[in-house]
Amino acid sequence: MSKQTPLFDQHVAAGGKMVDFAGWRMPLNYGSQLAEHRAVRENVGMFDVSHMTVVDVAGAGALDYLRRLVSNDVTKLQSVGQACYGLLLNESGGVIDDLIVYRRADDYRLVTNAATRDSVLAWLSQHSDGSVAIEERELAMLAVQGPRALACFSDLAGKPVPEAPFTAVEHGGWLVARTGYTGEDGVEVVLEPDAAVRLWQALAAAGVQPAGLAARDTLRLEAGLNLCGQDMDATTSPLVSNLAWTVSWEPTERDFIGRTALEAERAQGPGAKLSGVVLETKGIPRQGQTVHTQAGSGAVTSGIFSPTLGQGIALARIPRQAQGDCEVEVRGKRLAARIVRPPFVRRGERVFK
Amino acid sequence: MSETPQELKYASTHEWARLEEDGSVTVGISDHAQDALGDVVYVEHPEVGQPVAAGEEAGVVESVKAASDIYAPVGGAIIAVNSVLEDAPETVNQDPYGDGWFFRIEPADEGQLEELLDSEAYAEICEAES
Repeated sequence: MSKQTPLFDQHVAAGGKMVDFAGWRMPLNYGSQLAEHRAVRENVGMFDVSHMTVVDVAGAGALDYLRRLVSNDVTKLQSVGQACYGLLLNESGGVIDDLIVYRRADDYRLVTNAATRDSVLAWLSQHSDGSVAIEERELAMLAVQGPRALACFSDLAGKPVPEAPFTAVEHGGWLVARTGYTGEDGVEVVLEPDAAVRLWQALAAAGVQPAGLAARDTLRLEAGLNLCGQDMDATTSPLVSNLAWTVSWEPTERDFIGRTALEAERAQGPGAKLSGVVLETKGIPRQGQTVHTQAGSGAVTSGIFSPTLGQGIALARIPRQAQGDCEVEVRGKRLAARIVRPPFVRRGERVFK
Repeated sequence: MSETPQELKYASTHEWARLEEDGSVTVGISDHAQDALGDVVYVEHPEVGQPVAAGEEAGVVESVKAASDIYAPVGGAIIAVNSVLEDAPETVNQDPYGDGWFFRIEPADEGQLEELLDSEAYAEICEAES
């Protein structure tokens, strides 16, 4: 039996088409994922992301613990309210999950994926000792995204909005973060379930478009953001997942899990990369399809029809040397395509040339 | 609850078929199918003149998220395709039993229509799937 988020009744009332996702009943769309996608790119939309896993890490050893477990060096979070994106890696440098770490007054808050919840909680507990306290929080989470998101949210919620991307402010039990998964400006808010319902209702009454999982997927792919379990997993390293930037190599004495394997891979030169692919003809690339390049072949990890660009786009793992023209094999036909650097869309506009 | 008009015949693979006065059979996908697919963004038609067998693949419909094969509910020759869908694939969502039709077949054997499901039997399949 799948779990319901505190906003379940709101989804049903809004005509949400509910589906099972990572053990949760979640809205796939509220009628048209294209309309929801457009609302977020051009105006404002809101997502229930309460299925995400929220874990607080406290205790005297919290900083050292996170420096060992997270690819990015959490020491960078020099003041309360700063946040960073990073990865949990296994010993072979594979990606267990991606996460955001927020520095709070008395602890660190981690937000990880829903689909990886059990493996992440097991991993966190397996590597902890008496110096840290790890607590999963039963909180709701709502993302408000789009060019009008900040104005809309601050008007309705009466809460301050963080000034810079990847920072957060806490106020009356709400963590308001300037983060998201859409390539647009906006906030992600972690709050108590009943407060989340009231916020959702206020936003809905103000005309903010609810958006489901389907729009979330097209928005994040246009934004060139990876989906864990699809574009990367426990068998692929950040170096072949377009995520080398999330690895803090300095200081060299920081011995994070996966470091030895990643250093070896880096020294040898990774054979592959995760790149963007844009179809030059009609058609839509799909996960698993073969990508033929002049440097050898690879595979699509995520592919969709891009609502903003009106063409097929994909993330694909291809040989490191590959560039320029390529072909995607769609149902036996080789379709002309081009290798580009993600993202595809940023702030509503095409990025690649 | 999706609609399943009584005057149509259905395949378990979610195509509908309608016998026209001129003896041809118009084919599209059901309301249930378009709803399950979500926003349709691309349709690949069979070639006009192409012979197809009942149950054979005859085109593809793609939504933002997934690609799905279209199967010919009856055998025969493709005599027309709905070119409207090339520029307005969303018509499949808006009017699955009308302007969102896919192609027309000149059936080799009209009797094959009788082997398809009636609306009641098809509605039961949809019910079981949802």
